[in-house]
Amino acid sequence: MLRQIEGSVAVAEAVALARPEVICAYPISPQTHIVEGLGRLVKSGALQPCEFINVESEFAAMSVAIGASAAGARAYTATASQGLLFMAEAIYNASGLGLPIVMTVANRAIGAPINIWNDHSDSMSQRDCGWIQLFAAHNQEALDLHIQAFKLAEELSMPVMVCMDGFILTHAVERVDMPTQQQVDAFLPPYEPRQVLDTADPVSIGAMVGPEAFMEVRYLAHAKQQMALERIPQIADEFEARFGRNTGGLVRAYHCEDAETIVVALGSVIGTLRDTVEDLRAGGMKIGVLGIQSFRPFPLAAVRAALQGARRVVVLEKSFSVGLGGVVSTDVRLALSGLQLHGYTVVAGLGGRAITKASLARMLHEAVADKLEPLTFLDLDWGIVNRQLAREASVRRSGPIAENLLRDVGTVASKVN
Amino acid sequence: MLQIRIHGRGGQGVVTAAEMLSVAAFEQGRHAQAFPSFGSERTGAPVVAFCRIDDREIRLREPVLAPDVLIVQDPTLLHQVDVFQGLQPDGYVLINTSRSFDELGLGEITTRFRRDRLATVAASEIAMKHLGRPLPNAALLGGFAALSGLITLDAVAHAIRHTFAAKLAEANVAAATDAFASVRDELKEPTHAQAD
Amino acid sequence: MNHQPPSSLRSQPPEGVTDDFGAARQSSEPIKFYQTGTFTVGNRLLAPEQRSVQASTERSNSLTSGHRACQGCGEALGARYAIDAAMRATNNQIIAANATGCLEVFSTPYPETSWQLPWIHSLFGNAAAVGTGIAAALKVKAAKGGRKDVRVIAQGGDGGTTDIGFGCLSGMFERNDDVLYICYDNEAYMNTGVQRSSATPHAARTATTQAVGPNPGAEFGKGKNLPRIAMAHEIPYVATATVADLHGLEAKVERAMGLHGARYLHILVPCPLGWGAASHDTIRLARLARETGLFPEFEAEAGEITAVTKIRRRVPVEDYLRPQKRFAHLFADAGRPDLIAQIQAEADRNIRRFGLLDES
Repeated sequence: MLRQIEGSVAVAEAVALARPEVICAYPISPQTHIVEGLGRLVKSGALQPCEFINVESEFAAMSVAIGASAAGARAYTATASQGLLFMAEAIYNASGLGLPIVMTVANRAIGAPINIWNDHSDSMSQRDCGWIQLFAAHNQEALDLHIQAFKLAEELSMPVMVCMDGFILTHAVERVDMPTQQQVDAFLPPYEPRQVLDTADPVSIGAMVGPEAFMEVRYLAHAKQQMALERIPQIADEFEARFGRNTGGLVRAYHCEDAETIVVALGSVIGTLRDTVEDLRAGGMKIGVLGIQSFRPFPLAAVRAALQGARRVVVLEKSFSVGLGGVVSTDVRLALSGLQLHGYTVVAGLGGRAITKASLARMLHEAVADKLEPLTFLDLDWGIVNRQLAREASVRRSGPIAENLLRDVGTVASKVN
Repeated sequence: MLQIRIHGRGGQGVVTAAEMLSVAAFEQGRHAQAFPSFGSERTGAPVVAFCRIDDREIRLREPVLAPDVLIVQDPTLLHQVDVFQGLQPDGYVLINTSRSFDELGLGEITTRFRRDRLATVAASEIAMKHLGRPLPNAALLGGFAALSGLITLDAVAHAIRHTFAAKLAEANVAAATDAFASVRDELKEPTHAQAD
Repeated sequence: MNHQPPSSLRSQPPEGVTDDFGAARQSSEPIKFYQTGTFTVGNRLLAPEQRSVQASTERSNSLTSGHRACQGCGEALGARYAIDAAMRATNNQIIAANATGCLEVFSTPYPETSWQLPWIHSLFGNAAAVGTGIAAALKVKAAKGGRKDVRVIAQGGDGGTTDIGFGCLSGMFERNDDVLYICYDNEAYMNTGVQRSSATPHAARTATTQAVGPNPGAEFGKGKNLPRIAMAHEIPYVATATVADLHGLEAKVERAMGLHGARYLHILVPCPLGWGAASHDTIRLARLARETGLFPEFEAEAGEITAVTKIRRRVPVEDYLRPQKRFAHLFADAGRPDLIAQIQAEADRNIRRFGLLDES
């Protein structure tokens, strides 16, 4: 049914339709509306039987999910940014044990400096742990991917995080098509665990594994993600057959067939890119967009296939590896190894800085003229940066960086953008 | 695509106003996207919310930089924030105030933009009358319906009822209807005639 | 080594590949009694209904033989005593979550496990939270027609409980989750080499509170008392026990399992290696801890003391401290009578505070 609702609310309802049995939640902006929505559904009796637990930290949230999943329950939680880091030890534990927990990450920047706005640094910080990472470009995808995530996670016995841009998607009210309970039930069967704490058939889970078998256990996680590369598109097709739309998959190409330049991105910026590219194409530019939806497993083959005909690849990412440059672009480069083309990394939108069509168009014109630096920071205020560097060069007690910069920037509240 | 920007302060229902606009558009079978520019929860701080309305899927995610419609819920922002930044030449402006544009020191605005698309409405007073609280957002939407005709009062009423509990919804609908009438009357004034 | 990547997890595993890692299968092993006729085993002097769980060949032997604990390990004893009692009280319907630590390490040396009940080890600091999760899952399963009688125990050492696991423990307490948390307190981070925890007694030598300088050993004025903190949460049941009183310990576990909600059991388990004590002194030291007043044994419900185990024959703290090398610096050369006096004052305070002596 078509509804005009907030992204968080859509996700909460989608998760509820998946019949979770244990939901544990610790509040953090900008995921709060999701867990509040689920809390209300459980407390009112609309979602039952389901245990909704207000935990005392994100570390506890993932730990409770681990216990619940190991005891055979379909478990769910949500977090962002600092919360994801706080549960990092448990994140690795969940994937190491192969527990099919589904978690929403409402992508948000990691401090210091503290910042509640969107970028992908949180999910990226956990890209190596074994969790499957799916990125939604809009709220219909966010909603649908959660349903697909439970199916994928439980089949493979691996946890899945559905990443959606904090505020930009979580707090955007837009039209979504909400499935019915019957549709979801037909698509997603009850959870059948591979391993379960059962008094009738006792097992020990989580024992130490030494050098004699650790590599094999870790490889198996990788093997499962290789299987996911096959299953993700299949599940997307199965979803389409039942729900009438294709919102899953590994990558989504837009006007890439004849493109000389292709922009690669994850998440909601794909929408803005499509609008930008449509305008540029109208002006004669041969340009396309490749949206990556499955970041882990990284679809090397699919990315290569989509990009190999282009002369130029611009990876636009809301993430940044300090001391090196791009995160996504490093993975994309791997997909393109051996191919001759120009590659550009554009880091944009960190800490929620708006990515505008105008800036994108400007940058892409430069890219197409091959005037772009290999690594660019979109809309970076070099004046502020250089002033701070000069400050530090001139006096030892130069003060906290963020405070200095903010003094340069001036009152933020009076600015419209 | 129609782009609307709403300015106000935390606690005045700016975000809800944008959402209700999007719901009203949805009721009319159109695509709509509403979202705030964010901060942590804090009453009194300047808040901006955006709404886009179109007949096709809306993919753009940037803030509304070139609004076709400007709604200002709190006139104390007028000299603190550049609310008119990027406003399209034939854009609509609706300000919550019992004063006139001239009295607000916005005489220059009335000459820069289309006079028949600029209006004021005492939305907080209207809200006080119907709600007992100066929450002007629903009333302003009624005023906007009258100002632009881009959204019907009916759709606004639908959106209000969708958003608020029964008693509060009816009070808000009454406020919106009141504001609608007020703006419609103001538009009939000779000062609003477009100078050719 | 087979270098072929698997074609699909859904197909049959290739020849020669044994089944799942990490989920070791159980064995059945007849219980061997090495001592008979004692109060611990055999109990021929007691009427059958008064005999301990340990005395029975029918005991679940939840922590079966073959684990790698040190000779004289108090924790191995405490865990077996406690879990077997819980199993009997619940007709063998217990699931256990275990924190990282000595117990977890010596009980599950890859590729074996000595646990004969469903058991999970997650992390160091989250046993209580994992227990919460299991209990929640069981509640939902029960609502869907599953068993309604499966109970949850979360357990860990003092480090995993009073320090790194403190947040999760307090969360489990305040939510009143249906979990019995058992802390096996050997008063330091033993598995990593005897480092100080917030349960380390004052003046005790550990690797991070060395017996040097003017304030040798763990500093006075630091540390926390988990049983009293548990009581402050006003949870349904809090109890302390030691491995010296098997019957008392079993009774407390049984009492705990007869209740629902958050429950806490704090068991003093001497560690011969970490305490620098003889491995045959484990039980004796546990008894001395009680008889000096240093370790009060009590029960509490909803934050109020309901029962106290009186000291039978009071002894000065020196009797308890001398056999332990971790306190050797208090007696070497001129010794530290001032510190011993401070420790005695702590014992005196406990006796007064908990009423550990009968007025006579």
